[in-house]
Amino acid sequence: MEYLIRFSQSHETFRLPETKAIAEVGGIDMKVIYYNPESPYCVVRLPSEEAAHFLMSRSILAQSIHEHWGTGENYEVLHEEVKRKTSHLWPKYKNSSFKFSLDLYQGTRPNKRRVELINSFSYMPFEGEINLRTADEHFVIFEQWDFQAVTRNLPDPLKIHLGRVVGASQRKLIHTFDLKKRDYISTTSMDSELALVTANIALAGPGKLFYDPFVGTGSFPIACAHFGALAWGSDIDGRSIRGDGAKKSLKGNFQQYGLSHLMGEVFVSDLTNSPFRKKRILDGIVCDPPYGVREGLKVLGVRDVEKYDYVIEKGKVMYKDEDFVPPKKPYSFVVMLDDILQFATDRLVDNGRLSFWMPTANDADQEIGVPTHPCLEVVVVCVQVFDKWSRRLITYRRRPDSEVDAAALERWQQRTETNGGVTADELNPFRRHYFNAFRTQAAVDGATLEAVPN
Amino acid sequence: MKVLSLNFLSCAVKGCKSSSDSYPLHPKDAELVQDDIEVNAQLLINLLPRIDWTALTTTATELGFPALPPQAPTPEELEADEAKLKDLHHLLMETQIMEGKLVCASCGHEYAVREGIANFLLPSHLV
Ligand SMILES: C[S@@+](CC[C@H](N)C(=O)[O-])C[C@H]1O[C@@H](n2cnc3c(N)ncnc32)[C@H](O)[C@@H]1O
Ligand SMILES: [Zn+2]
Repeated sequence: MEYLIRFSQSHETFRLPETKAIAEVGGIDMKVIYYNPESPYCVVRLPSEEAAHFLMSRSILAQSIHEHWGTGENYEVLHEEVKRKTSHLWPKYKNSSFKFSLDLYQGTRPNKRRVELINSFSYMPFEGEINLRTADEHFVIFEQWDFQAVTRNLPDPLKIHLGRVVGASQRKLIHTFDLKKRDYISTTSMDSELALVTANIALAGPGKLFYDPFVGTGSFPIACAHFGALAWGSDIDGRSIRGDGAKKSLKGNFQQYGLSHLMGEVFVSDLTNSPFRKKRILDGIVCDPPYGVREGLKVLGVRDVEKYDYVIEKGKVMYKDEDFVPPKKPYSFVVMLDDILQFATDRLVDNGRLSFWMPTANDADQEIGVPTHPCLEVVVVCVQVFDKWSRRLITYRRRPDSEVDAAALERWQQRTETNGGVTADELNPFRRHYFNAFRTQAAVDGATLEAVPN
Repeated sequence: MKVLSLNFLSCAVKGCKSSSDSYPLHPKDAELVQDDIEVNAQLLINLLPRIDWTALTTTATELGFPALPPQAPTPEELEADEAKLKDLHHLLMETQIMEGKLVCASCGHEYAVREGIANFLLPSHLV
């Protein structure tokens, strides 16, 4: 059977990847029949209505799903298709209470015309009562109008669909997890909508182990835990995990949402010196790594070993002190990306996913490519566009070793070794050039919760 | 820090990664608390094959738990035996080290655990 998904018209490049990921979590064989980023309507083939319900049980970017009763360029074509395709279904709803409504995308209709359009379906032999509040069945006429149809005074929509409502999505979770209502956040907390979408795309689910190595205030682990995963996190900054040690802390956030039972481990560590065993035990890694716009990117160590010899000596003696702060040194963003890919390669189970965020300037010549690793296949790249910059959510799948190109792997290892690899201490010019483009923007947004590269 | 986590973490010092002595870390002066968490059978059954049973046995003994059987149960056995499931859940998920240290037997470095949060940051001579 075909189903029509009514998406929210935002985060367009994330919508289909999210839906496909949910289908994968549910083991659902879904085929996309019609999709256009400019339209909120998408038609898919699903094995059952149960599958449609499953999609909605996790979807953030859909609004609702409908049994697809027909599509046409005009009402004549639509009515013909509805009659041809669904007359066998009519008897099923003969005695149900029902209602019809209109969903006009980028268009308007006067009330009188709305009633006429609804009445044009009166050939369906429905004898139940019309109930606008609690109808058993709800039919929706979807009109897709062209851009600025109202101001351009266009006479007709581009396309019309008819659907029978099957279920609503989980968009309400955006409010449940709203940062404004969360006890503990920081300027780089990921907004609830995109944190949930990220968890979906990374296939978070019950019985799985997920990890965020740049956990901050925990937006991603909380989203993963909501979908049932045991969620781990760590951060180089212990203060961000501890917060005030009570309500305003990472643990407090899990408590606020009743998710404490799915809080795995949270610990303090530097990704480049991680205590995580090199063992393939993670189902997913989701994160928003630091990019050093606000503060330079730092890892453990001292920049100049000879000059800061005394610092090193002091550390040997002092490290057990409760307030000892280990020295940090600047680090290259590009090398950190390699580190993340290698970390994921060594820890993800077969087909486990890595999803991470990465900022980009909107200028093509400053574009930095999608980082690659022979053991990781790029599943999808989603883009969120702001005024002067964008950020991408890049998602990979850990290839089973049998799928990995051995020669490519060897080249990768050689390259990361020769440029210093995971221990490199090069400060590359990239950060200066790359981020200058939106540094001013970041300064403007710096005090607000709006997303800026961090 | 959960007992489960000790099974997934080793010494953070790079030079220690290849030494078998760097895993598992050894709890020292550990203050334990028991959380009350609902049993999550699906999670335990999925995690079971990822757990290093020998290391878990060491950790359990060091924390004063009764000796574990020499062999890990199979997922099927675990699924069929509620008591076993509960015991394992209690050890892995409910038992937390709140205060104490974790010691690497290879390099001797001590990691502090405070208010349940382990700190793996290394002083400069170890990075
Ligand atoms: C963009 S923030 C992540 C925010 C997080 N997603 C949230 O919702 O709060 C990046 C985090 O990475 C941490 N970080 C920076 N350098 C790190 C390193 N070398 N290893 C681990 N974490 C690091 C920072 O302390 C910061 O909390
Ligand atoms: Zn060690």
